[in-house]
Amino acid sequence: MTSDLTRLTADALASKLASKEVSSVEATQAHLDRIAAVEGAVHAFLHVASDSALAEAADIDRRRAAGEQLHPLAGVPIAIKDVIVTKGMPTTSGSKILEGWVPPYDATVMTKLRAAGLVSLGKTNMDEFAMGSSTEHSAYGPTHNPWDLERIPGGSGGGSAAAVAAFEAPFALGSDTGGSIRQPAHVTGTVGLKPTYGGVSRYGAIALASSLDQIGPVSRTVLDSALLHDVIGGHDPRDSTSLTDVWPSFAEAVRNADVAGLRIGVIKELQGDGFQPGVMERFREALALLEAAGAIITEVELPSVEHAIAAYYLIMPAEASSNLAKFDSVRFGLRVNPKGGGTVEDVMSATREQGFGAETKRRIILGTYALSAGYYDAYYGSAQKVRTLVQRDFAAAFANADVLVSPTAPTTAFKLGEKTGNPLSMYLNDIATIPANLAGIPGISVPAGLAAEDGLPVGIQFLAPAREDARLYGVAAALEALLEQKWGHTLLSQAPDLSSSEMNATDEGAV
Amino acid sequence: MSEITQEQVTHLANLARIALTPEEIVSLTSELGSIMDHVATVAEVATPDVPATSHPIPLQNVFRDDVVGQTLTAEEALAGAPDHDGSRFRVTAILGEEQ
Repeated sequence: MTSDLTRLTADALASKLASKEVSSVEATQAHLDRIAAVEGAVHAFLHVASDSALAEAADIDRRRAAGEQLHPLAGVPIAIKDVIVTKGMPTTSGSKILEGWVPPYDATVMTKLRAAGLVSLGKTNMDEFAMGSSTEHSAYGPTHNPWDLERIPGGSGGGSAAAVAAFEAPFALGSDTGGSIRQPAHVTGTVGLKPTYGGVSRYGAIALASSLDQIGPVSRTVLDSALLHDVIGGHDPRDSTSLTDVWPSFAEAVRNADVAGLRIGVIKELQGDGFQPGVMERFREALALLEAAGAIITEVELPSVEHAIAAYYLIMPAEASSNLAKFDSVRFGLRVNPKGGGTVEDVMSATREQGFGAETKRRIILGTYALSAGYYDAYYGSAQKVRTLVQRDFAAAFANADVLVSPTAPTTAFKLGEKTGNPLSMYLNDIATIPANLAGIPGISVPAGLAAEDGLPVGIQFLAPAREDARLYGVAAALEALLEQKWGHTLLSQAPDLSSSEMNATDEGAV
Repeated sequence: MSEITQEQVTHLANLARIALTPEEIVSLTSELGSIMDHVATVAEVATPDVPATSHPIPLQNVFRDDVVGQTLTAEEALAGAPDHDGSRFRVTAILGEEQ
């Protein structure tokens, strides 16, 4: 009975909670049991908050029993990416420099989750400070893809995606600076949406690149992402880049999903060379289904996309080098005293040398270089101009299409360790997701099936103009329904049963 | 294009306050060279007539009323500090002997 609860969507679980068929304590315990069973194999979590989760769940059950009017998602468990600061739960952003740090305040998204009565299961693994596409840059070891434990779960939010794919949580929070929500969704057969920049408050999200970062939902179904987005979205006076727009209900957009007459622009530059045949096959199949359902498929060009990665890998490290200056060994986190003592600057330099991992150092040095006198105009200044060109391309494309579409990433999940020796090859993997961050527009990745050559999940990405997140929920939900009707099941029901690997892990004492 | 030298990386590490080891300086010098070769292509399309974009969604300055709000207590603010004296963060000497 309890193992079945972990297979439910957040929406279905919420119904059972509301009708008192299931208690939040039962639902929470079922997920904690599942976490205990598979974490030795998956390692999606950096911290599991068993005690506080059960206490929060018991509180919801008590309030429900007392007849209190609760939010429809009250009592549903959720996992939180470790980039988000959480009062009472350690927050490291995947870095040793913050090991053991318990924040004295909550991020705004956490405040909203608590107000809605969602139950926090714990903090999920990620590349250090969200710098990476594989979680291999986590200071606490990588997360493993539930579809194939030898492979990456994507990154930086591989922990949230793997937790959801492995039925450790019905949904999770992620953050997306260059694809960290969408690319993990692509490689794990899950759903992830990066909202319009400013659509969700960044207050309390440990900043990587402030002009690119955005918090968003991670889930197994499009509806669950929409339900979560409805909770976390909206204006926040504590984030000056937060938009004051009044947002429509994204859950309503899912329930009214219809692609008849919808103009879908296929991005010419994001297919062909470098894209795996199995990824393209599922992509074309999805387009054919949408067309048969009444969508109008056209082709659009984004000529500046070829320069998007270059611009991104100047802007992101430049902003990161500035944002990460706060890790100075004074107010929080690690302090390393060099032998024989030293000044504050000596202590700071020794702390940052020991506390930061290789990729974080690489990007800080790269960003410092891009911002240094004599190079600023050629690098950072030029990158900001490319950003204008990418925005103009999108504006032109959206004049002829309601949404744009591409594969979410060029390949299925690669093997752990395959790209760690070559930083540039890892960076090039982000080609399809980065343009949305540069332009501030929303993007979603939904499962499109399995690649024939390796049996691994493939995602399809839809992009919409800024502020039109609802369009993404509509088209993604329509495609999800068409594909599941064709398959006769959900994609994740085809994922390997982790019980055999969990047995091995237990035998070896790895849990 | 990749004229990045070990001296430059050493200087950048000093600016960024990271006490890199000699081995890290060697490997970062070569990695930065190949990364910069790739990213420097932005200069080819960034012609003078293109304005720069610093922020994805155009916004005006955002102000709020100057009123006292609920903030962290000193105890909360110091809770995660590596060292403090109960009301202030404690650090080592600000200036070295030669300064």
